[in-house]
Amino acid sequence: MGAPRPQPRLDADNRAFWTGGATGKLHLTRCKDCGTFIHPPRPVCRKCLSENVAPEAVAGTGVIDTFTVNHQKWHPALEVPYVIARVAIDGAPEVFLTTNIVGSPVDQVDIGDRVQVTFEQQGEIYYPLFEKIS
Amino acid sequence: MSARDAYITGVGQSQVGMKLTRHPLLLTLDAVREALQEAGLTIGQIDGVSTYPGRMAGYLGFSPVGADELIDALGIRATWYAGGAEITSQLGAVVAAATAVRAGLARHVICFRTVYEAAAMARPEEYPPLRREKVDGGSQWVAPFNATSAANWTAQYAMRHVKRYGLTREQLAQIAINDHANAVLNPRAIVKEPLTLDKYLSARMISSPLCLYDCDRYSDASTVLIVSAGEAVDEVKCTPIRIAAMAGVVERHSWDQAEWMACYPTGAELWKHTDYKPADVDTVQLYDGFSFQAITWLEALGFCEVGEGGRFIEGGRRIARDGELPLNTFGGQLGAGRLHGFGFAHEAVVQLRGKGGARQIPGDPRVAVSTSGGGPLATALLLARD
Repeated sequence: MGAPRPQPRLDADNRAFWTGGATGKLHLTRCKDCGTFIHPPRPVCRKCLSENVAPEAVAGTGVIDTFTVNHQKWHPALEVPYVIARVAIDGAPEVFLTTNIVGSPVDQVDIGDRVQVTFEQQGEIYYPLFEKIS
Repeated sequence: MSARDAYITGVGQSQVGMKLTRHPLLLTLDAVREALQEAGLTIGQIDGVSTYPGRMAGYLGFSPVGADELIDALGIRATWYAGGAEITSQLGAVVAAATAVRAGLARHVICFRTVYEAAAMARPEEYPPLRREKVDGGSQWVAPFNATSAANWTAQYAMRHVKRYGLTREQLAQIAINDHANAVLNPRAIVKEPLTLDKYLSARMISSPLCLYDCDRYSDASTVLIVSAGEAVDEVKCTPIRIAAMAGVVERHSWDQAEWMACYPTGAELWKHTDYKPADVDTVQLYDGFSFQAITWLEALGFCEVGEGGRFIEGGRRIARDGELPLNTFGGQLGAGRLHGFGFAHEAVVQLRGKGGARQIPGDPRVAVSTSGGGPLATALLLARD
């Protein structure tokens, strides 16, 4: 387990996203009527306004859309540098997750890299981090 | 003068500093007094107040004074007022005021933005920092990954420009270098020294590709713009500056779900509301809380193609005070201080009135663009001296 991360406050909308990693799978909310993935998760589809939405497991792979290497210690306990990335999720068009890329030196991360989810558990939260697919 | 139009009349600003001890309400009063004096108005003629983002009780340094408090403290009889963060960005408060005066709801509206972030950090017992046991709302999608700063969010958009369009550090540096050069000529600016390319390139990284000089710093200040109705503008003694067009567009209200920052659709929208063209613009005052944002605004407003912003400012000549498109002539937020959006409209008015003193651009500037916001927040104002 890494250093303590800020904890999301769980509610009906976000519970599957933040705790679904217990099954080893990344969960995104999807409209059952038109198939659109809805992120951030909400109880209505932003494309067809259907309320028939529910979380479902996705493959958990994706592509780095963009990234930055953070060097600033925003608080004293923060270990730097680390990579913050925006990952486009396979099979879920228009969904991007802000996350950290772990398991690679910070200078070995680039736009277009293929990545897969890896969960970091802290309490009841499973943080979806990503690592490069070698 | 058209009764249907809205004008910026008096503008004012308090001292700008870091760790000021003057009460934030009194800093606001300083800016109000200067604006009233320039316009030749009295407080009794003010009948509206507009601010961004309103008093934030949990984060007082970010916004210590609300519209309601100012109304009560200065004895204003308001027929219209508004203040809030859920608007198209800082200058959205000016759009709201202009809309109100055009609708006949008020005649002279004080628009203000007061910031007290440096003072608040120095006096945490009086101005406690933002503390949350758990994160929710939009912050839950970034804070758990220690991506809490807008520097991190902006840097990711900037990195796309680096990788996709070849934006270089030498190009990006021109925003900070230009800001510093202009700030030296602005008596109120926080920065007092010019910045060299060598110094920029050797600065420590904050969040790549953004280094220390690409990020603004907490400041304490208040900036005021009085927005007046066309039918009331003959009550004002200073040269009125017409709000010729305004725009604020958002497609995804999110820093990470949007393909493009909101400045891009906003810049395109602005030109739909006017016969002016980018070639008519004499100076641009573009939001640069982070240097990269000014580059995106140049592209968004059509001064160059998307992806060409770095090459457009290459070498810095074009955006200098005597260049073809003077940019952020007061020093921007990187040089003048984190006035948070309002500084850009203030300076556009100063330049269009020829009141820039040592930093006044040459010629007879008549048209300016000022903007605020980054990420999902964007407001653009086209200002004209008729």
